[in-house]
Amino acid sequence: MHMADALLAPAVAGAMYVASGAAAGVSIKKLKKDDEPAKLPVMAVTAAVVFAGQMINYTIPGTGSSGHMCGGMLLSALLGPYAGFLSMIVVLAIQCLFFADGGLMALGANVWNMAFYGCFVGYFLIWKPIIHSKWFGEGKSALRSRIIAASIIGCIVTLQLGAFSVVIETSLSGITELPFGAFMGLMQPIHLAIGLVEGLITAAVLTFVFESRPELLQEVDEVGVPLEAKRSLKSTVAILAVIAVVVGGGLSLFASGNPDGLEWALFGNAESGYSQNMGLDEENFGVESNVADTAGSIQEKTSFLPDYAFPGSDSAAGTTVSGIAGGAIVALVAWLICMAGGFFRKKSDRTL
Amino acid sequence: MEKALAELGHMDELALMKSPVHNLNAGAKLLATVIYIIIVMSFDKYSLSGLIPMLLWPVFMYQMSGIALRTCFYKLRIVLPLVMAVGLFNPLLDRDIMLQIGGASISGGVISMITLMLKGVLCLMASFLLVATTPFDSLCAALQKVHVPKVLVTLLLLTYRYVGVMTEELAVMTDAYHLRAPGQKGIQFTAWGSFLGQVLLRSMDRAQELYSSMLLRGYHQHFHYAPIKKFGTADAIYLALSILFFAAVRFVNIAEMIGRLFVR
Repeated sequence: MHMADALLAPAVAGAMYVASGAAAGVSIKKLKKDDEPAKLPVMAVTAAVVFAGQMINYTIPGTGSSGHMCGGMLLSALLGPYAGFLSMIVVLAIQCLFFADGGLMALGANVWNMAFYGCFVGYFLIWKPIIHSKWFGEGKSALRSRIIAASIIGCIVTLQLGAFSVVIETSLSGITELPFGAFMGLMQPIHLAIGLVEGLITAAVLTFVFESRPELLQEVDEVGVPLEAKRSLKSTVAILAVIAVVVGGGLSLFASGNPDGLEWALFGNAESGYSQNMGLDEENFGVESNVADTAGSIQEKTSFLPDYAFPGSDSAAGTTVSGIAGGAIVALVAWLICMAGGFFRKKSDRTL
Repeated sequence: MEKALAELGHMDELALMKSPVHNLNAGAKLLATVIYIIIVMSFDKYSLSGLIPMLLWPVFMYQMSGIALRTCFYKLRIVLPLVMAVGLFNPLLDRDIMLQIGGASISGGVISMITLMLKGVLCLMASFLLVATTPFDSLCAALQKVHVPKVLVTLLLLTYRYVGVMTEELAVMTDAYHLRAPGQKGIQFTAWGSFLGQVLLRSMDRAQELYSSMLLRGYHQHFHYAPIKKFGTADAIYLALSILFFAAVRFVNIAEMIGRLFVR
């Protein structure tokens, strides 16, 4: 879901920077008010773990494909929404700077799409209400189920919102010719599948934390359920296994061609660090038959264009031809600069 | 994962090289890069010929910095498919003929697709150049200079330092896991929670200890950066020339002008 600079118009990118900047400002104020500078190293380490954790791939039972972890929900469940949001910004900034994943100017939009929804919407509208709710009854096992439910619902909903925002931002920028409806038809279903997977992984990690160190989870200690220490993981694993198999079955309908598996096969480990949400990739490689079919049919419906209409004369052609010639010359100059650079550097010793 | 780590280390090495570009003030480079990207983004989706001269700036800077363009394009292989994914539909959907060369007609969609891809490449080249010629601490110091909140900058600096440590630790764990589960792809769902959960818990404890030790060494909520290079004459000249070049390219279609000299 990381957007590149080229996909955004400056005005849209700027607006998203302002929006994300405002959210960051509020978060920083909150953090300062709570006077929790001690949280800073914890935030940094957790962000680094999430960053590294995105490079691990997890096998999804029943599909043969694999998923990555989502950061937003996990970070806000562990650190709270404000600290989680700031940590996500940092994760995205490092991804952008060092792994070229998402553009520098698009960072504002990326922060909004991935961090804002994951941390604020995910926390205040999903995590907090569900944890405090009476779902699944009373007691510790009910609370555990609520954590699982909140993680899965949270990831799905926030990813859907994020994917929708990507569609809106790209459409507003007017850069792609892809009609709004068709683009949405591509983005939403694939992110439903990705959201499910990420929800499961987030749920697995949070349940583990809940079993061993429940006090680390936000809101959980306020529910007032007596939390005795260490409990067997077996029942949790069993619940997860059932959910995973059911979801895995559903998933296989969605993404039959194990998209991430392919992506891993293509790029290997190093690059996988670049992306937590693979939406655009998968769409590009077009492995999933169903999604591709849907896209095709949507396109059929929306893009009824007249047949090739060759204009008789083209007045603009003259200027454009000179444009192309000039472009070629500029490219030649660029190449010459390279050659010259190489020539001069050969004289001085090359240390690297 | 080790590869990602190696790439990160490689970036650090690049940033510590010596060259006229590395010597520039980090803030000046940051500003020039941001302006460059904004200008590239602001080109119309059909103005391919206007955009091409923007290529000269990064190419020139790469040569000055002694960093091979190849290094940057090695990174491009990740992002380019992403940009193309959206642009890919342009030729199909925008079929108005804009240009005819010989017998072949080129539609607006093809031009806008190529423009989009070129924009992506240029923005990437520029931001990679910034990171590859500026050590991360200087970059953070520059960010603080332009009033990015201290909390965020410190967090960025700390996280960047930990990413290496954590990635290494997770790489060791994944290796160990795979050695004990031969022939298995990825991490099985029964271990999803405990695998990352363990790391998370241990790291959070570690962070607490780390913070205590920081306090013991006199940390109170701000870092002292090694003095970064002051904004000097060279920086002013660099910035002025860059902006002048950007403006010239933005407002005058240089490629077309040169082209006119040769065609017709």
